[in-house]
Order: sequence, then structure tokens, then C-alpha cells
Amino acid sequence: MVQDDIKSNVLTTTLESAINWGRKNSLWPMPFGTACCGIEFMAVLAARTDLARFGAEAIRFSPRQSDLLIVAGRISIKMMPVLIRIYEQIPEPKWVMSMGACASTGGVFDTYSVIQGIDQFIPVDVYVPGCPPRPEGVVEGFIKLQDLVGKEKLADYAPAPAK
Amino acid sequence: MTAANILSKIKENFPEAVLDMTEFAGEQILHVRGPDILTLLTKLKADGFNFLADLTAIDNLTLGGYERFAVSYHLLCHQTGERLTVKAYIPEEKPSLPSVESLWKTADWQEREVFDLYGIKFEGHPNLIRIMNPDDFEGYPLRKDYPRLGRKERSDFPVVDRGIQKKKS
Amino acid sequence: MTRVTELPLETDKMVLNFGPQHPSTHGTLRIIMELDGETVTKATPEIGYLHSGFEKLGEDLDFNQYITITDRMNYLSPLCNNVAYALAAEKLIGIEVSKRTEYIRVLMCELSRIADHLLNVGMLAVDLGALTAFLYGFKLREDIYDLFEIATGTRLTTSYTLVGGLMRDIPDGYDKAVLKVLDEVDKVANDIETLLNKNRIWQDRTKKIGIISKEDAISYGITGPMARATGIEWDIRVNEPYSSYEDFEFDVAIALNGDVFDRYLVRMEEIRQSIKICRQSLEKMPSGDVIVDPGLGYSLPPKDEVYNSIEGLIYHFEVTMPNRGMTPPVGEAYVPTESPNGELGFYIVSDGNRTPYRVRTRPPSLMNYSIFSKLIEGHMLSDAPAIIGSINVIAGELDR
Ligand code: SF4
Repeated sequence: MVQDDIKSNVLTTTLESAINWGRKNSLWPMPFGTACCGIEFMAVLAARTDLARFGAEAIRFSPRQSDLLIVAGRISIKMMPVLIRIYEQIPEPKWVMSMGACASTGGVFDTYSVIQGIDQFIPVDVYVPGCPPRPEGVVEGFIKLQDLVGKEKLADYAPAPAK
Repeated sequence: MTAANILSKIKENFPEAVLDMTEFAGEQILHVRGPDILTLLTKLKADGFNFLADLTAIDNLTLGGYERFAVSYHLLCHQTGERLTVKAYIPEEKPSLPSVESLWKTADWQEREVFDLYGIKFEGHPNLIRIMNPDDFEGYPLRKDYPRLGRKERSDFPVVDRGIQKKKS
Repeated sequence: MTRVTELPLETDKMVLNFGPQHPSTHGTLRIIMELDGETVTKATPEIGYLHSGFEKLGEDLDFNQYITITDRMNYLSPLCNNVAYALAAEKLIGIEVSKRTEYIRVLMCELSRIADHLLNVGMLAVDLGALTAFLYGFKLREDIYDLFEIATGTRLTTSYTLVGGLMRDIPDGYDKAVLKVLDEVDKVANDIETLLNKNRIWQDRTKKIGIISKEDAISYGITGPMARATGIEWDIRVNEPYSSYEDFEFDVAIALNGDVFDRYLVRMEEIRQSIKICRQSLEKMPSGDVIVDPGLGYSLPPKDEVYNSIEGLIYHFEVTMPNRGMTPPVGEAYVPTESPNGELGFYIVSDGNRTPYRVRTRPPSLMNYSIFSKLIEGHMLSDAPAIIGSINVIAGELDR
């Protein structure tokens, strides 16, 4: 009797997948939109490609309340220290999406003041190509990121051994 | 007064300040000596060119010109709708000229921009500091002898250490 | 006995850092404010967080290549920048474009103006706590993006113009699509105005905030809707017409108080006038080519001519080979245009080579924003988003 009850009412899983399931379906993004890509990111949030469908509509502008940093737009040498500071302020676990050619590689701006890819300095999990990426592309990037989050191992978050 | 009248009068009154007067594609360009720019623009402003549309500089390193740097002022007269470009030339050894911030407040930021990108000093400017580049930036990027790709300033940042071990997947 | 509220409240001076990462700074503005209680006593804007070397880049790209860069300068109305740069280059080189090109350019510029103003009003409303106007505006903006996509192939980075014409003609039936969107714009503009104009909160938060006088507007180099809200009757489309603007009938929107509310009113009226201009340009659209004759050596001939005729092949190589192609005379040209934000000018100096010697953009945002510290002084901290929103600062153009 009791046995049957449990079977139909309780779902067993590992703690890891339960946590990952929770995390991936409620990502709280913080948009770091500096340029044109930031405008396209607004379009992603607006009615047509509603990001709320993926559980990520809770846009936070404070790094302390978010777990996904979306870098949308070119990062100049004056902005880079700010970006690094913001990245460091996000509590673990955290992910970074680099949206658009500029954030990923510098794009068309091969000049003295544009960082040629933020991944030289901070870890990036998903790159969305395009200049600017179409909203659909950003959504695709989101789904990819959710897959990634779903596959994470909790053990990864152990502190690194001291060098 | 029309622009042509004003220009001929300027040339009469300030013979040694005015280097030349040219026309290109229907635009009047007045070439003047750098140190006299404030007096000339004060006069032009009184004569009706009441709006400073744009202020910028050109590095004449390979183009040639009277001097290495030219600072150009684009003026507009709201009454007649005429435009006039004034170019003030200053040498490389002493790149400085009087500030026109006292005439137009808009010159404040624009002169700071020229200072930042060309290293031209504006005497009498209230707050001449870099505006576009970080304060510790060295060099003047829009000069022709500054490489477009910069001098490594764009790769000069620390790599963030997350303090955790995470496998690359 | 004095009532508690009449006692002066002792406050210390406080320095507040606003931005560069703050939702109402629209990207990358940073302002260092000195506060006395809630009143701003001094504000120092710090810009340059998006400085990307546009002008240096322009010295290494040829005239047509640089058009792709101009999109990225103003991402709310890229087509206006495309047109402005093309006009400057054409003036420098001495190219006359066809009437049809000019009309299509006008159509595109005005559609951009509508999109820009809709987004601006929407963002201003969001910053002041009213989300509905933003959602209304953004839905329409998507529709206008669709129109751009039909004509240019992309939503945002359009690169539609070429020096000497346009990348391609507008497709058949485009006018119907445009008219449909225009009707919608008309309706939504009314909706937004019904929501906001008589709204008590909106009025309280925008009226008598950030007042600019006429003299200040001229001294600070302010142009566009911001200047017209102070009563300056100056619209480059009317006073120094370019690209056949003299053929169109429209009114210049003007207000007298120069505060945030008036800037909003001017923008809404400009949307209406732009609708009018778009309609006229569709009605009167002349026929013809949208690019100058390839024989002049400024534009590539159609591909089937290149493959099938010797002239086509020669013209093609004339344009594409190094040391050939578009070589302007030695000289300089400054062309002012009326972009949604104000006077957008391109100043090109040429030394006779394929690439310009110096490209300078006169960014309306820079001049418009420079008055900010004066506007905010003496106001409450909570008025800062209203003032920034009404200036419509576009960081890409501000910092270049
Ligand atoms: S990738 Fe393109 S659209 Fe995005 S910020 Fe860079 S230039 Fe702008």
C-alpha cells in the first residue's frame, strides 16, 4: 500500500539534476548592453521573442542578484575594468553569454580602443554570432546555455587546489 | 550681412591673421593663424555667425598645409542660414591655441575631445582633461603617427581568476 | 511650537556614482553627482565608455566600406547615418544622384525617425515607471524593422546607401506594406498620447524639469527636437534642404517651454509629420535607377553585364582594382543633416586617395548631452532619469 503510494506520488532523482533543472529554468540575466547589440537584446525581451518563455524574464541590473551575464556590445578599454569588476561581483554559479561579434572578437572594430574578445580576460560559456545577432539567434544561444547548465557537475564548484 | 561681405571685411581688418580664403564644393573656408583665432571668432560671432556647429582637428602630417595641425570650426548663421569653415593652423612644436569656451559653451567638451585625441592644448579652457580615453592613456590616437591597432593597450588587462576548477566541456 | 516638518533637515554632502552600468543610463553613461539630501548640487558626466575609434577606422576604409561602420554609430536610426555619410561623400566627390534615390532616402530617413522617437518616448516612459507606452512603441518598432528588413536585408545594421545611390531598389508592393505600418503608427501615437498627455504623474514628473533657455541651447550647440522644444525654429530639412526635402510639405514642430514635457510633445508631433512625409514620398515616387551610371566609375555594374559584356568587365575592374575606383579631388566637405537627434554632420577631408584622409562625425548626442550638468543642478535625484531620457543620448554616437 504505502509502496504504491510513493511510486505514484514521489519522483526520485539525484540532487544534482534537481538543482540543475532549477537553475537552468530560472536564469536571471544581467544585460551588460553597451551598443547596438543592447538594442537587439531589448527586442529579445519585447513581445515578439519573449524571453519569459524560457524562464529568464527577471532582468536584474545588479550583478549580485543575477547569475547570467549577457555582454551585448563592444567593450572599450575604458569599460573593461568595469566589466571585470561586475563579473567578479556576480556570485557563483555564474555564466557568461557573449552576444554579437564585438563582444566575442572585436567585430569590425579592429582599433586601439576596442577589446578584441572579452574571452581573453573573463570566461565565456556561449557565443552568439551576428552583428547584431537576430533575436532568434539569442534565443538559440539561450537554449544552448540551458543545455550546458543542465549538464554541470556540482563537484566542479569545489575550490581549486592552491598553487 | 552676407558671408562674402563679412569675409572680405575680415580680410581687410586682420591682414596678417588671415592666411588664405578658399572655396570647395560651394563651401567657404577661411584659413587663419592659430593664435588669432579667438579675436577672429569673436568678430565673426558678432557679425552673425552665432552657432558653433562643430569643432575638430586635422593632422596634416602627410596632407601638407601651413602647419602640422589644423583646428577647424564650423560656424552657422541662423539668420541667413550660411555656413563657414574656419581653419586655424598651429605648429607641431607648440600645439596650443586660445580656447573659445568663453564664446560658446559647446566648445568645452569638443576642445577636450580634440585635446584627448590630438594633444592640442587650449589655453584658457577651464577643465582640459581627457574625455574619451581613460585618464592613464598615453599618446594621442588620432595623430597620423599613432598606429590604428594601438600600442598594446587593448590587451593589457588581468585575466580573471574564478578560484574554482571547472572542466572545459 | 514649530511643526516637525518645518525644522530644517540636517544633511551631509554625499557623492553618488551613477552608472556606467545602470538601467536608466542607456548603456554607458556615468555621472558623478554631489547630493545634498535628495537635491543634486553638482553633476559631472563622464563619457567615453564606448569609445571605439570610429574616426581612426575611417582613415583606413574606403568610401563605400565606411558606410557599414556608420550604422553602428547610431543604432536607433542607422539609416539616417548611412544617408548622411553618403551625402557627404557625394558632395566631396561631386556625384549627383537620381531623384528616385533621393525619395527613397527620404522615406527611409523618416521611417527611422518614427522608430527612433517611438523608442525614445517609450524608454522615457519606462524610466518614469510606465511600461505600457514602451511595449506599444516597441511592437511598432518591430514592424518598422520588418520594413527595413524587406528593403535592406537586415533589421538594424542596414548599410543601405552607397556613394552614388542605394544598394538596391525597394521591392514591388513595398508602398502597401509601408502604408499599413503608417496607419498603425498613427493609431499608436494617439494611444500613447492618450495614455500620457493628461496623465497627472507624467505631467508632474516632466513639466518644469530640465528647462533649457533659447540662449543656452545656442551656446551649448543643441539641435534637433531638444532645440525646437525651446522655441528655436531651425530644422535643417527646411532651412538647408538636402536630398529633395524641399519637395515635401510638412510642418516643423515647435514648443516654447524647453522642458522634458515639451521635448516629448515635439517628438510626438514629429512622428505625425514624418508619417505625412512618408505618404508624400510614396505618392510622388519617381521612376528611374537607384544608382549612378556604372560608366562614371563610382558603382559596380550589374553582375550579368560583368559576365557577358566587355564594358561591364572593364567597369567592374575600374572600381575594384587598387589605386583605381572612387578617387575624390583634394578637398573637404561638411554636410549637415537633420537626424532624429539633431544636426548630424559628416566632415570628410580627402587627400585624393581611395580612402578619406580624415572622417569626422558631428554627433548630435555629444552636444545635447553636454548641457546635462547644468540641467540637473537643483533638481531631485529622481529627475535625472527623466532628463537623460529626454535628451536621448546614444552612446555609440556620443563616444564614437
Ligand atoms: S556586434 Fe555589431 S551590432 Fe553588436 S555591438 Fe558590435 S557592431 Fe554593434
